[in-house]
Amino acid sequence: MNSIILRAGTRYLVALLLLFSVYMLLRGHNEPGGGFIGGLIGATGFVLYALGCGTQEAREALRLRPERIAVAGLGVALLAGLMAAPFGDALFTGQWLFLGADPSVPDDKGLPVSTILLFDVGVYLVVFGAILTLVFAMEEEI
Amino acid sequence: MDEHAAPGTNGPAGYAPAAFALALFALFALALPRVEAGEVLLWSVPWLPSLGVAFAFALDGLSLTFALLISGIGALVLLYSNSYLAGHPQWGRFALFLTSFMLAMLGLVLADDLVSLFVFWELTTITSYLLIGFGHETEDGRRSALQALLVTGAGALVMLAGFILLGNAAGTFRISEIVLLGDALRADPMYVPILVLVLAGAFTKSAQFPLHFWLPNAMAAPTPVSAFLHSATMVKGGVYLLARLHPALSGTDAWLWTLTLFGGFTAVFASVLALRQTDLKQALAYTTLMALGTLTMTLAQPGAYALTAFATFLVAHSLYKAALFLTVGCIDHGTGTREADRLGGLARAMPVSALAGALAALSMAGLPPLIGFISKELQYAGAVEAAGPRLAILGAALAANALMFAVAGTVALRPFFGRVEGKAPPRAPHEAPWPMLAGPVLLAAAGLAFGLAPALIQDRLIGPVVAGFLGDAAEAKELKLWAGVNLPLVLSLATFAIGAGLYLAHRPLRAALARLDAAAPSFDRGWDRFLDGLRGFAAWQTRIVQPGRLRAYLGVTFAVVALGIGGTTLWARPELAPVSIEGVRPKNLAILLLIVAGTLLTAFTRSRIAAVAGLGVVGIGVALIFIVYSAPDVAITQLLVEVLVVVLVAVAMLRLPYLDDHARKERRPLDAAVALAVGASVSAVTLAVLARPLDRRLTDFFEAASWPEAYGRNIVNVILVDFRALDTFGEIAVVAVAALAAYALLRTTTAAQRRDDP
Repeated sequence: MNSIILRAGTRYLVALLLLFSVYMLLRGHNEPGGGFIGGLIGATGFVLYALGCGTQEAREALRLRPERIAVAGLGVALLAGLMAAPFGDALFTGQWLFLGADPSVPDDKGLPVSTILLFDVGVYLVVFGAILTLVFAMEEEI
Repeated sequence: MDEHAAPGTNGPAGYAPAAFALALFALFALALPRVEAGEVLLWSVPWLPSLGVAFAFALDGLSLTFALLISGIGALVLLYSNSYLAGHPQWGRFALFLTSFMLAMLGLVLADDLVSLFVFWELTTITSYLLIGFGHETEDGRRSALQALLVTGAGALVMLAGFILLGNAAGTFRISEIVLLGDALRADPMYVPILVLVLAGAFTKSAQFPLHFWLPNAMAAPTPVSAFLHSATMVKGGVYLLARLHPALSGTDAWLWTLTLFGGFTAVFASVLALRQTDLKQALAYTTLMALGTLTMTLAQPGAYALTAFATFLVAHSLYKAALFLTVGCIDHGTGTREADRLGGLARAMPVSALAGALAALSMAGLPPLIGFISKELQYAGAVEAAGPRLAILGAALAANALMFAVAGTVALRPFFGRVEGKAPPRAPHEAPWPMLAGPVLLAAAGLAFGLAPALIQDRLIGPVVAGFLGDAAEAKELKLWAGVNLPLVLSLATFAIGAGLYLAHRPLRAALARLDAAAPSFDRGWDRFLDGLRGFAAWQTRIVQPGRLRAYLGVTFAVVALGIGGTTLWARPELAPVSIEGVRPKNLAILLLIVAGTLLTAFTRSRIAAVAGLGVVGIGVALIFIVYSAPDVAITQLLVEVLVVVLVAVAMLRLPYLDDHARKERRPLDAAVALAVGASVSAVTLAVLARPLDRRLTDFFEAASWPEAYGRNIVNVILVDFRALDTFGEIAVVAVAALAAYALLRTTTAAQRRDDP
């Protein structure tokens, strides 16, 4: 497909979609969203890019090979799960750190940082990488 | 066989495996005094405590005798191999395999737990597969290795079933406890199944007729392997098991007759075939079968003479058979051939080999003053007082021993002291280097020493072994060279006379046997036909189950779903919730109509594009339902997946063939039936679920725990990444693997196509 409009529009849309996907990933713990949805949105952005500008260009824009992203995501998720071990908890038990939380104020969590978020990032990367692996390979086969 | 022709050495490290085995031998020798005193050394760690399975070891007389034979002969064989395979490019691999095999075998004879024993048993199967297939460049080597693996592996699986039954019947997997429960086990209703299954495993490993054919084929292995696996160790694994379970399972008619018949027939059958062989190594292989049959036959008996004979023959056979195999390896090394007709008068060029070979052969022939003579005397003494078919046992023993006498002459004496009948050997004979002579000489000398001074092993090895059977080392009969003029001595003299006659007549006999052998049905060829049949069956069912058409796979998958769910529903007849359109809001009704319209479009359109669009409508309708019922996460996911599916299908469509209207018409009724069945089943299940009150325990827990324990308000996501994180990890692993697999598939076809049309 060679359409000037799509090509021109894609560049902005992809940026927006990627930003939106990270937003969805981060808000996921309290609002609709999460790694799965975020990964799907991010992948949609690059699928659009591939449709507008060709797979080759999309691969170059991505810089990393999508199958590596997927496997790396699996590693990140596993790492998040293993991080429970040093604290003596069962595998995949969430570990939390509340940065700047004021203990005197009830329900003040400050900035929560957790292995849960890391795990969700892993999910995001796996979904993102796996879908792009499939779509790129199929488009190139045609 | 040219494997030892490579020049060079393996360096000083080549001696390391032999030194390791020697250290093990020394370690076991240190335990001799304690075992001689009647102690049983036990050691165990829990393995699967919930199943009563432990990683347990025991060292008693039987284990120690085997362990000494395994590590001692192992050390000599490893030393021998270092010269035999000097400079071989795969020496490291060989040494690793052989050492691993030795360790597995030691584990097998030391294990005090049925499951541990089984694990080591299978380890010996696998390592021996690697060893027999060491010369895997040849068709023959691969076939022999696979045959041994399949026969002994199948037997081991049967045996495992027997072990589990045995463990259940005894209430424990600990062998040292099982052997004390003999009376209870013999009265157990599962006794006969246990016996049959365990014997099947032991008989395949110890190559009893009719599962004997893999053993002579296993001679495809390098000679040191044959010396080790097929004299002292692997094939004795089955005999070891029989001896180990003797106190628990013997003493019934079933035990007595099965072991006597199989063992006796194997012994005679194999010794006849041994005489027929012209290849020295093959002849030795068949004599090993004979020894295994004899050992099985003696184990059938409950008497002290037979069991003392078992222990003595076990030691005697391991010593002389390993020595003979190694000597044949020296002959092969020195002359380049193993054909009996081309060898003769080698004693002049190879004096040390000749001496070792002659001593070992005398032991095999059962001549005094070697240990083989004593073991044969004891065997006759056991046969004379035997329970069961005494005359048949005596006859089988006499025939087998006489044939052994003749084979000993043809295998070990003629090549050294006889005349060359056929062509001269390919190489001028020369003596082997010392590491190759150490094994045969030491083993043959041990046979002579134990024969001259049986007291050396009487209390140390034989007594403790017999104590394992009969409870007291004092029950063991005394080993002596001269026991006076008695029936066993008369039988021995008869053996020598018949054996000498057979030896003198061995040429015409061999020719006659070769003709007979060619005419008789061959188990080996039968095995090939069996494998061909198995392959044919596999190909046939693969063509049916895996036709390679996506339609067929999907059809089968959905049909199974319909049968499984629908069948269960019909069978269980659950209460169904009433169906009523009343009270459904117009908004929801509109969504429903949208989904139905999409379904009908997909089912009846003639265009693929329209069908994909119709499916998309269905998907969006489902997403709308999720939104209406406040499941935004699921709805978002559903919508995104719909978008991506459209892209993927659109890409794939470019390569799909046009819809074939004619073919479609034929299969549509079947498709419709499957589709309706799946739809009806799922609807029924849904209605059945709705008819019951919703179990809210999990929902309540997640609602209550999500914020205080997991600090998240989006319960769906909290479940995904926290409460059920391990499940999610499994799912994303599947996603990643699926993507990689699809990638590999697509890449392979693209690369192949590029090669086809550049």
